[in-house]
Amino acid sequence: MQPEAFFLRRRVQSAIFFAAILGLTYGSILLTQFDVIQGLQAVPRAFAWGIVNFVPDERAWTRLPRILEKLQETVLMAIASSSVASVFGLGLALLGANTTRPHPWFSLPARMLASIFRNIDVSVWALILLFSFGQSGFTGFFALFFVTLGFITRVMVETIDEVSTDSVEALRATGASYGAIISQSVIPACLPQLISWVLYMIETNIRSATLVGILTGTGIGFLFDLYFKNFNYGAASLVVLATVVAVLLIEAVSNAIRRTIL
Amino acid sequence: MSLLEIENVSKRYGSETLALNSVAFSVEAGEFVAIIGPSGAGKSTLLRCINRLIDVSSGDIRFDGVSVPKLRGAALRRHRTQIGMIFQHYNLVNRLSVIENVLHGRLGYKNTLQGILGLYTEYEKREAVRILETLGLSEQMYKRCDQLSGGQKQRVGIARALVQQPKMLLCDEPIASLDPSSAKVIMDTLRDINQTMGITLLVNLHQVDVALHYAERIIGINRGQVIYDGPPQALNNEQIYQIYGSEAGELILDLKERYAA
Repeated sequence: MQPEAFFLRRRVQSAIFFAAILGLTYGSILLTQFDVIQGLQAVPRAFAWGIVNFVPDERAWTRLPRILEKLQETVLMAIASSSVASVFGLGLALLGANTTRPHPWFSLPARMLASIFRNIDVSVWALILLFSFGQSGFTGFFALFFVTLGFITRVMVETIDEVSTDSVEALRATGASYGAIISQSVIPACLPQLISWVLYMIETNIRSATLVGILTGTGIGFLFDLYFKNFNYGAASLVVLATVVAVLLIEAVSNAIRRTIL
Repeated sequence: MSLLEIENVSKRYGSETLALNSVAFSVEAGEFVAIIGPSGAGKSTLLRCINRLIDVSSGDIRFDGVSVPKLRGAALRRHRTQIGMIFQHYNLVNRLSVIENVLHGRLGYKNTLQGILGLYTEYEKREAVRILETLGLSEQMYKRCDQLSGGQKQRVGIARALVQQPKMLLCDEPIASLDPSSAKVIMDTLRDINQTMGITLLVNLHQVDVALHYAERIIGINRGQVIYDGPPQALNNEQIYQIYGSEAGELILDLKERYAA
């Protein structure tokens, strides 16, 4: 092919691509009767309204102790569900990883179980579990537990196969028992990554716990929902600010832990 | 009775690939045997059949009079404690210290609880220290393995095998990832272990010249079959051709002539 022909074809391809995007956008605007001009004009007004109402007023600050109490409850629940789920996740990962599975038959079921837990979103888990546990802390705990279990299992399966395959072979060759191989080779080799992922899940779960709380009527999410629906925007924004500060604090702590262990 | 007797061993992967095809030879206690052959010839598979990291498809392997393919559970673990293994990529737990990695060689003698908790006796620890000193690693004893050079890591691998007090060492490409001077140190160490401690050596090697220089017996393998089995002096050019196939032949022949000169 001549270079001219090649570049011409490239240009035609780009033109068709952009025309398609434009057509899709215009079609969607027509179908939804979305007024672009009005939409853009609304942005500054929305920001102005948000800023005016976002600053917590005098009355909102009186609710701070209650907010902090609920926030603590939510943070502790996130930490509890993450760490308990990680212990089970490590067990499931040992069954699922090619290096450590006791029998090839364990591998697929363990990975599939993890995949199901992981791919159902935390809010969907919360809704499903509402039927079993109602509006209680258990619903949130188990919703976070299942998602964390699925995620930790997946990343640990990969870590185990990546980090410890060689040393596991060496320990099998010495005649070491299965338990000894796991505790002397797999765990020491994978521990830093495991801790790092558990910290990541704690961070993620604090954010998710807020959302789950809105759905299940517990913790900080419930408080936000309550204030917001009572037009108490100052208190609602204080909830958001407190959550942001808590997440940033937890992140700083876990980054410090990561630096020392890795 | 030979220490190791391999009788008509075949290993089949799937329905197509025949990694080992009726391999048969025996090894006397105290021998230094080098196994040479092109990549994918079945050298690694053969070593791993001997300590049962891989199960054979048919045939029998007898080590010290015990039939290996039927071993299970505790008996299999006891069998493995008698055979040390050294790997191309050292296969250490990099985050642990040198001495911890060496003590892993004792795990085969532990019951489950002792193994899980990593409980080693005073004698075992002294033994590990002594072996590390003889291998010139007393300075590195408490360092983490990821701080060591390749040659040092391989010596840790050798120490881990020796602390097993094995009758035989299986070495799978022990110098393939090392520079020439580290490789020489490792091969000299292996020869020393063979001569002073009387431990039988079965070494997979890529380098024909190294095999000819160190081993007292060469086994040449191609496509899972033993092509040559005899002393290095009797290995002629035509046989090297057969082991490596015609393409690689010329390069290898050069090496052989240079070594002979």
